[in-house]
Amino acid sequence: MSDGKNAIKLNYDTGWEYAAAPESTDHININDRYELFIDGKFTAPKSGAYFDTINPANEKTLASVAQASKADVNRAVKAARGAYDNVWSKMKAAERGKYIYRIARIIQERAREFAVIESMDGGKPIREARDVDIPLAAAHFFYYAGWADKLDYAFPQKTPKPLGVAGQIIPWNFPLLMAAWKIAPALACGNTVVLKPAETTPLTALKLAEVIQAADLPPGVVNIITGDGSTGAAIVDHDDIDKVAFTGSTDVGRIIQRALAGTDKKYTLELGGKAANIIFEDAPIDQAVEGIVNAIFFNQGHVCCAGSRLLVQESVAKEVITKLKERMQTLVVGDPLDKNTDIGAINSAAQLERINDYLALGQKEGAEMYQAGGKTPKKGYWCQPTLFTDVAQSHRVVREEIFGPVLAIQTFRTLDEAVSKANNTQYGLSGGVWTDKGAKIFKVGQNIRAGVIWANTFNKFDPTSPFGGYKESGVGREGGLHGLSAYVNLH
Amino acid sequence: MDKNIKTEAHYAERASAQETSMPATSESQSKSKSRTTSASAPRLGVEKTYKLYINGKFPRTESGRYFTVADASGNNVANMCRASRKDFREAVVAARGAFSGWSRASAYLRSQILYRVAEMLEGRGEQFVGELTATGSSKRAAAQEVTAAIDCLVYYAGWADKYQQIFSSVNPVASSHFNFSILEPTGVVSAIAPQEKGLLGFVSDIAPIIAGGNTVVSLASEQNPLCAISFAEVLHSSDVPPGVVNILSGYRNELNEHFASHMDVNAVIYNGADADEIKLVQEQAANNIKRVVIRKKPAAPDPYQIMDCQETKTTWHPIGG
Repeated sequence: MSDGKNAIKLNYDTGWEYAAAPESTDHININDRYELFIDGKFTAPKSGAYFDTINPANEKTLASVAQASKADVNRAVKAARGAYDNVWSKMKAAERGKYIYRIARIIQERAREFAVIESMDGGKPIREARDVDIPLAAAHFFYYAGWADKLDYAFPQKTPKPLGVAGQIIPWNFPLLMAAWKIAPALACGNTVVLKPAETTPLTALKLAEVIQAADLPPGVVNIITGDGSTGAAIVDHDDIDKVAFTGSTDVGRIIQRALAGTDKKYTLELGGKAANIIFEDAPIDQAVEGIVNAIFFNQGHVCCAGSRLLVQESVAKEVITKLKERMQTLVVGDPLDKNTDIGAINSAAQLERINDYLALGQKEGAEMYQAGGKTPKKGYWCQPTLFTDVAQSHRVVREEIFGPVLAIQTFRTLDEAVSKANNTQYGLSGGVWTDKGAKIFKVGQNIRAGVIWANTFNKFDPTSPFGGYKESGVGREGGLHGLSAYVNLH
Repeated sequence: MDKNIKTEAHYAERASAQETSMPATSESQSKSKSRTTSASAPRLGVEKTYKLYINGKFPRTESGRYFTVADASGNNVANMCRASRKDFREAVVAARGAFSGWSRASAYLRSQILYRVAEMLEGRGEQFVGELTATGSSKRAAAQEVTAAIDCLVYYAGWADKYQQIFSSVNPVASSHFNFSILEPTGVVSAIAPQEKGLLGFVSDIAPIIAGGNTVVSLASEQNPLCAISFAEVLHSSDVPPGVVNILSGYRNELNEHFASHMDVNAVIYNGADADEIKLVQEQAANNIKRVVIRKKPAAPDPYQIMDCQETKTTWHPIGG
């Protein structure tokens, strides 16, 4: 292939547009107000305070949500402790598993409703919520349900015991899926849970509370409380929590790890990333371009394991970048509920501001910025997919996690140079490698210090597949057999 | 082959023989006393200078400071290097430099080298019994400790090429991918050895770390550092590459913080039950999200201690034409 200059291509500036294909919302029930889910019931917050959750695609308020205070955290932990002592830790493991199966089944039955609400509350394209978030969330419950009565087989020569009450704090990028990642293994291992969804995306977690009620889970086994960072801090600091599971930024992870010093609380941290996606000259270039798009523009780049650094071999750099720019012109940015949409709304005004700061910074640092252009709706928070070229390793857009649809592109000549650039970061969550040569995949895969390696693919997830970071990307694994370790005591 | 079976009794016997014939290695006598050994052949004993072990070399501390180790009666046995923050940083550089080679060495090679360490320790058992008795162990306890340390090394030598098979997995993902999770060493580990059992505590701490392909900077027991420092000689003669194990002696209250806070250390292991020290280590470790392993009391060797310094890496590979 040439650098793409002479290739036949469609001209996307000539009025090519998709007909609108919106997902209907008429079957969706969202209450005006949501209370805290404690001890099996929805109860008003002691604080009496509520905050709004909005649709980031149109800035309209979806619902008012309770702000849990310290007193509410106390109530939730107390309920979780009671359920642990009196019910959950005494229940036969197989029965425990059957409750979790029930949750999985009900999520499957209500998948459409969950997908639409997820898209409305968080801004992600309905295509992703429908095909990735919700089915994977159900699959997680289904997978871990089966572990409940088989834990002895997971830890040779040990007798795994539950930890007690787990405090779990999850982010806004995959709201229901992260709730599933946290709750399913915790319950399977015999723990009870206090979960706090992110401030901007509480609705599917609250819907999950309805599912948990419908599944007849004993009261207090799962408690879901909404609130801001202060609620999260109250959970972390609570004396009667045995374990903290957090997914979020490395900065907050550091604060949590420090806050837990001197306590016997166990913790798992799933933190930030700045993954390198390495394209070798012998890669199938068209597939690799699709892979790059999926690596960085999936979920608006709000992905901790996003391939936010592209390392492309010098000999094919021009071709790859040309094709990537052409491909970016075809990406549909807009209404998340439209089934044609590739890139939905940025999750919040605050996150958009942060991304825009990086866009300005990247240019100020001397990088060349490219955006595909195109229209975006007037209301809501939007960011066009963006590339930075002519970047140096020291540029902040290369070093820092932006958490948006922003890709920094560097080139390399040799495998060693690619690996060395890939590892030149404090993060180590994921990495990608594109080549036609199996031996090279294993060589690069072995040398990248990261917890997940995608070879000729990117951003794939599965409940059986352990996920988690090296270095400052976190501690512990979620998913698979290895994800059980986070929720058992082996001593 | 009875003569090859060295028992605890054997070492105890040798230790008592040694006390009269080889006081220079036993160090059991006060420095104020004459070190001549027998009336018939008076000879001045040659005392050992205990130094640090960094990058396969035996430097003194750059700080020029020392602290003393006493026997049960309070007599000075040895002047130990009181390692500084700078010594520690040098050791981390060495450990980082050795990491890529050691982590990629075949499991078979790591296994053989660990076994070699056990062989070397077996051959030099008397020296360690002497050092343990010099600092207060009974002969029997010292002999038991040495044999347990040797057996611990053999145990982990055996694990070096097996834990991967026990703890890795092939994951049956729902999509068309071959997906597997393997273990890789966490990286550079800083390890604060137990205060008790200067030899066995130290060996039990570092063996699982290096069996798993990590490199280590270890702080020897402050109360009983002789054996850990002498163990460097065993490592040095066992084909352990320079920098894989680095050993410092010094004060916990000075070095704990640096062991826990250094930004190029990936995991910290603390042995002990001091609540304030544990809190400090845990707090400082958060600087770069270190893995923190707290062992409040000694545990019997098991492969889960190797797992304490392992990372799970999952690889996705499409299945297709």
